[in-house]
Amino acid sequence: MAKQYETVIGLEVHVELATKTKIFCGCSTEFGGAPNTHTCPVCTGMPGSLPVLNKQVVEYALAVGLATNCTITQYCKFDRKNYFYPDNPQNYQISQLYLPICRNGYVEIDTPLGSKKVGIHEIHMEEDAGKLIHDEWEDCSLVDFNRSGVPLIEIVSEPDMRSADEVIAYLDKLRMIIQYLGASDCKLQEGSMRADVNLSVREVGSEKFGTRTEMKNLNSFRAIARAIEGERNRQIELLEEGKPVIQETRRWDDNKEYSYAMRSKEDAQDYRYFPDPDLAPVYISDEWLESVRRRQPELRTEKMKRYKEEFDIPDYDIEIITGTKHMADIFEATVALGSQPKKVSNWLMVETLRLLKEKEMEPEDIRFSPENLAKLIELTEQKVINSTVAKEVFEEMFDKDIDPQEYVEEKGLKTVNDEGALKKTIEEVIAVNPQSVEDYKNGKEKAIGFLVGQTMKAMKGKADPASVNKLLKELLS
Amino acid sequence: MNILDYTAVELSGKIKQGEIKVAEAVEAVFEQIDRTEETLNCYVTLEKEKALRQAAVIQGKIDRGELTGPLAGVPFAIKDNMCTEGTLTTCSSKILSNFVPTFSAEAVLNLEKAGAVIIGKTNMDEFAMGSTTETSYYGVTRNPKNPEHVPGGSSGGSAAAVAAKECFAALGSDTGGSIRQPASYCGVVGLKPTYGTVSRYGLIAYGSSLDQIGPLTKDVTDCAAVLEAITSLDVKDSTSMEREDTDFTAALVKDVKGLRIGIPRDYFGEGLDPEVKAAVLKAAEVLKAQGAIVEEFDLSLVEYAIPTYYTIAAAEASSNLERFDGVKYGYRAEGVEDLHPMYKRTRSEGFGAEVKRRIMLGSFVLSSGYYDAYYLKALKVKALIKKAFDDAFAKYDVILGPVAPTTAPKLGESLLDPIKMYLGDIYTISINLAGLPGISVPCGEDKNGLPIGLQLIGDSFQEKKLLRAAYTYEQCKEGN
Repeated sequence: MAKQYETVIGLEVHVELATKTKIFCGCSTEFGGAPNTHTCPVCTGMPGSLPVLNKQVVEYALAVGLATNCTITQYCKFDRKNYFYPDNPQNYQISQLYLPICRNGYVEIDTPLGSKKVGIHEIHMEEDAGKLIHDEWEDCSLVDFNRSGVPLIEIVSEPDMRSADEVIAYLDKLRMIIQYLGASDCKLQEGSMRADVNLSVREVGSEKFGTRTEMKNLNSFRAIARAIEGERNRQIELLEEGKPVIQETRRWDDNKEYSYAMRSKEDAQDYRYFPDPDLAPVYISDEWLESVRRRQPELRTEKMKRYKEEFDIPDYDIEIITGTKHMADIFEATVALGSQPKKVSNWLMVETLRLLKEKEMEPEDIRFSPENLAKLIELTEQKVINSTVAKEVFEEMFDKDIDPQEYVEEKGLKTVNDEGALKKTIEEVIAVNPQSVEDYKNGKEKAIGFLVGQTMKAMKGKADPASVNKLLKELLS
Repeated sequence: MNILDYTAVELSGKIKQGEIKVAEAVEAVFEQIDRTEETLNCYVTLEKEKALRQAAVIQGKIDRGELTGPLAGVPFAIKDNMCTEGTLTTCSSKILSNFVPTFSAEAVLNLEKAGAVIIGKTNMDEFAMGSTTETSYYGVTRNPKNPEHVPGGSSGGSAAAVAAKECFAALGSDTGGSIRQPASYCGVVGLKPTYGTVSRYGLIAYGSSLDQIGPLTKDVTDCAAVLEAITSLDVKDSTSMEREDTDFTAALVKDVKGLRIGIPRDYFGEGLDPEVKAAVLKAAEVLKAQGAIVEEFDLSLVEYAIPTYYTIAAAEASSNLERFDGVKYGYRAEGVEDLHPMYKRTRSEGFGAEVKRRIMLGSFVLSSGYYDAYYLKALKVKALIKKAFDDAFAKYDVILGPVAPTTAPKLGESLLDPIKMYLGDIYTISINLAGLPGISVPCGEDKNGLPIGLQLIGDSFQEKKLLRAAYTYEQCKEGN
């Protein structure tokens, strides 16, 4: 009988924090500036420059640590990780090895077998590197230090995951927590969340871990799932052939669906970590910790529970709406403006999701304001516009966050409630559609629909279909 | 009286009284440089035109009454490991032979605010690694008292320039004695402040946890004035400290009555030159005669200071100097295609032997498997050394001893035996490890006419006690 294998996975997740300035200098962290415009002597490693810690980085790290049930290291330090590479201007990265800010936490994930805890070994703060651009045309490499010094936290899990599904569930959970905390937008594609996968296989029932590899360059959940599958199979194949798995770092190529060895343990670097003498140890007082704890926002699990109690909306809607903090924020703000929760939920669940899918956008990219959504709901409630017009207005709002009230005024989209005008139009429609009128009178109920449609068309959509229906029936009776 | 014979504070007084123009002082210094620099080689870079332009600006401010401080109009020299905006800053290394900083060190800015005129950048041991100013890529500096001898180091250029009157005062940096030892060898006053007193922003780091900038001056009064000018809390330096008692010139009082002075027996044992010993003990007698209470005590742990220092300083240096890689600034080896060969060639060609020795030493003590045995242990010993000083300062206000075991050695002698050179730091390095302030004051000459230095060590933030003792000694010593 063929051997049964178990996959053992641990993750190292890098998250770019949402601070306005870099971790050790006052430069902007904004994305997309011209190369080397968000730089200064500190983040370009100029001789004589010195780092000064951005306190907000510590606050975000603490918030994430508390939300993931970690023990906080109240006396923590920064260490230098020494290695030569041109994207690293000092040739050392300021990170934390000996006393990371958070340790021994966990998050709970849902699996088909129920809830499961994934341990967090540690969370540490560090700086990002610059970006190397290889100019094939000029045959040279250029460095952009705009990203150099952007704050990161690295969340190192225990090897507690056993499948790609568990990994995705864990990442999703982390992402949700961090987004809810406002500590990062956690976009894998844009690199504000990056995951390295440590994976080994062992025979089911074995106590000992197999030799692991580390996989890098995974920039979507899909790539992660495929890389796990690919690497698991590669390692099992090796073991089946009686070959050893080599401890090494591998780079996943999602196009070729294969990983390539980057460096093996033999030429592993000695980073010569030591405490950075330029930075004083960080002492996190009980008061400081308590103030961060007090400011912790409501996280998703709590929010879901509260929605169930407060709002009469389906569980499925709650699941989707709280699925991103941004959408939950819009929902709550719109409800707070007086809109009915069910109506708000409907707009988010139907039209918003449809447009997001159509335009290949993420919920984080929603731009319309709760104020405008509330106005739109009000306009439909008051029957100022009908539902078809409302959808049209919503699309405009989704794209440009227009004020629906002004838009409806400007474009003259108000439903015509003038019965005289409506009656006149219906009479015209009846006059030019004798066949349909005949059909209706002969008991073909469906014909009335055609007549309503014709009337709406003649009214350029600006009528209330129910009123049209009612009036038509009156006139034809 | 020749302009050059004034101290910095005296010169500034004459300038403010209108008797001397700032430009005259600058010209006088450059005339002296023309006479002696060829022999001494105190400077890596001299900027006469720039200094004269600056002199005119400062003169205007003095005339308008905008600059009234004790250093207004004084020509200064800056050690070449402090960044100066727009002026070559080499650390006396080939690897920074073309490096022009875009900003000035905080200490330099503070001096400029006080009205100093920067005339040039002084020679030093490469990256401040050495005790003789012989490891410079730009040639050795010679001792103005006797050009056959070294000026000491690493701030040898600054000490020699002050002693040779090629400037009125200078800034140096002290990681293990690099201000006090050359001051002692050249017969000038040098002070290493409490760690955190002077901002390190813009000081090109050697051993970050030990480096401090400090003054090299003609006398104790100048020393206090310069220290007062460069002391500041700097938010750009996380190790910078907020201090209240920074009116150091107020400590220039001739009075040591009741001052408790401890003389560590450990500083007067084997290896100490008898002439140095006699001069230092004689200085203690001078202070005693003025009412100080002087007694001997055992400091302990002195023999561990050197291995501890060379472990920590080298470890930090090995990391601090990684940024010099040929990628962003400085020297880059030519004719290399690939990245790693470029790094290797650049650093092999760009650094001198002593720097490479310390980079290797530092890389070794930090490498995995050795970290605990060397670096971590050194940190523990460092804490014990600090404790030994804490115990001493429970009993004494000031500790008195020699700066160096001998007077200035002859050129070429030290580099032949690096271990011996390292041992020469024995009396100065422990105060860097403990973060304490120390001052070197001239206390006589040996039979060859080479200066001897007296070292006074204070508890953290007790520079005023040091200055008071040093000033009193200076006022009362023989010949005054």
